[in-house]
Amino acid sequence: MRWVPRAGIAVLLLAGMLPLAFPSGFVLTAATLMLLTTILGQSWNILGGYGGQSSFGHALFYGTGAFTTALLQVRFGWNAWAAAAAAIVAGALVGAVAGALVFRQGLRGSYFALVTLAFAEIARVAVSSFDITGGGFGLLVPLHRGAAAFQFADPRVPYWIAWLVVLFGVMLAFGLERSRFGARLVAVRENEDAARALGIAPVRVKTAAAALSAGLAATAGVLYLQIFLFIDAANGFGVAVSVQALLGPILGGLATPWGPLFGALALRVVAELVHAVLGSLPGIDLAIFGVILILILRFAPGGIAAIGARRDA
Amino acid sequence: MLEVRNLHRRFGGVVALAGVSLAVAERSITALIGPNGAGKTTAFATIAGFHHPDSGHVRFAGRDITGWPPERIARLGLVRTFQIVQPFGGLSVRDNIAVGAHLHLASRAEARAEAEAVAHRLGLGADLDKPANALPIAGRKRLELARALATRPRMLLLDEVMAGLNPGEVGALLPTIRAIRDDGVTLLMIEHVMQAVAELAERCIVLAEGRVIAEGAVADVARDPIVVDAYLGEGAASRLAGDHAA
Repeated sequence: MRWVPRAGIAVLLLAGMLPLAFPSGFVLTAATLMLLTTILGQSWNILGGYGGQSSFGHALFYGTGAFTTALLQVRFGWNAWAAAAAAIVAGALVGAVAGALVFRQGLRGSYFALVTLAFAEIARVAVSSFDITGGGFGLLVPLHRGAAAFQFADPRVPYWIAWLVVLFGVMLAFGLERSRFGARLVAVRENEDAARALGIAPVRVKTAAAALSAGLAATAGVLYLQIFLFIDAANGFGVAVSVQALLGPILGGLATPWGPLFGALALRVVAELVHAVLGSLPGIDLAIFGVILILILRFAPGGIAAIGARRDA
Repeated sequence: MLEVRNLHRRFGGVVALAGVSLAVAERSITALIGPNGAGKTTAFATIAGFHHPDSGHVRFAGRDITGWPPERIARLGLVRTFQIVQPFGGLSVRDNIAVGAHLHLASRAEARAEAEAVAHRLGLGADLDKPANALPIAGRKRLELARALATRPRMLLLDEVMAGLNPGEVGALLPTIRAIRDDGVTLLMIEHVMQAVAELAERCIVLAEGRVIAEGAVADVARDPIVVDAYLGEGAASRLAGDHAA
């Protein structure tokens, strides 16, 4: 087997076994965050990697997932699992609507990035303005330990749930590469006019990709909420979330099934190192990420997966 | 098969199509010729739905397709190629053609198998794994044709698929195009390579300044003074005739 899938499977298996060595505490928390970043990156990779539509506002979908499930539980007394399902559907719907609005207008490239950023910012300001969404404080889900409430005393359980979602994300990417829908999505990325001449409706394809991508991002948001039982505007809809979503796949390897996992792992390691060396200087990790992004784009535009693929060749 | 009536299209102050009417019979090969800037490519783009006509109608396979989006027209079986080739640059030749085959095949494996068959037919068999960007221009022209053909079209609009090919490559492509027609595909082709026009086309339509100025058998059209004037300038036909007389 080649280097990239071998490394991918190894990382995935090691991540799956990690809680056996670290059943709780700092390492498990860091690894949990790494998995959430992976899911977010896998989500972004569908639309930004395979579809070539670089969103700068994936926080919109992530936040929709986290806030919808929090709202339904806290304000309407929904069961956590039902709320989670509704939140994922809500995320996908928001993705479909946002996508349809933007793609119908023919917005691409930096215009697309700016509009998605604006959408996410509007959502961030909106949720911090209303009491029902927790205003400036955020929403705290009351503690009810138990599987029925999607809350687990053992932090390994949500970790493994997140791990399963990561596995699903990898399979989803492989599925895209082996499906007609994925072929059409890539064709639209490569050349929209040529795709249309071959019978592909670009707006429909991109909108479907946005819905799929948004549903997965919302799933990450739901998991975040169920693990930390708290969400506020910045954690849900902040720019940092959108940056995280795109950094992982770009660093790890755009439009590759394993890229988001590699990228998220590298980002988490760097983030923890920065934290250990420099302490909790606010914003320092984002600054370091920015430098890494520039270096990657300059010296390894295909990301970590491309470095691996070059070793294979 | 295809009927175009009184098609108008202007870009700002430039009139690209000033009332184009033409008809193409099923299973025929028709050439669309004319000097540069005559409106040939605009006519193709308008027929295929990439431009909206300002007025006029396009009928294809018994349906009025005027104003339809290009993807819908392609699904009905009318597929164009691009004069300036538009490959999916990062994808392999196989995957490029498979996108076309996916129009009627849902399975990835079947689409790729069909792509390979089409590639072999068009002489791209050795290039299947190359990225489209790595092909020389002759290969990319053939890729345009292959991708369109993989959609199993009823009619192809071929925009200068011979341009940039050397005489040997043109000669190699001629029987291929004839075979496509023999499989039941109607062909309308913009072509400057007169060798191809003469050998392939049963009929020839001449466009100049956005209008059809002549049509008929290729040999007749080539002798038509109006056509000679359109290519070589006003009065050229009579001067040429005078030279012959002298």
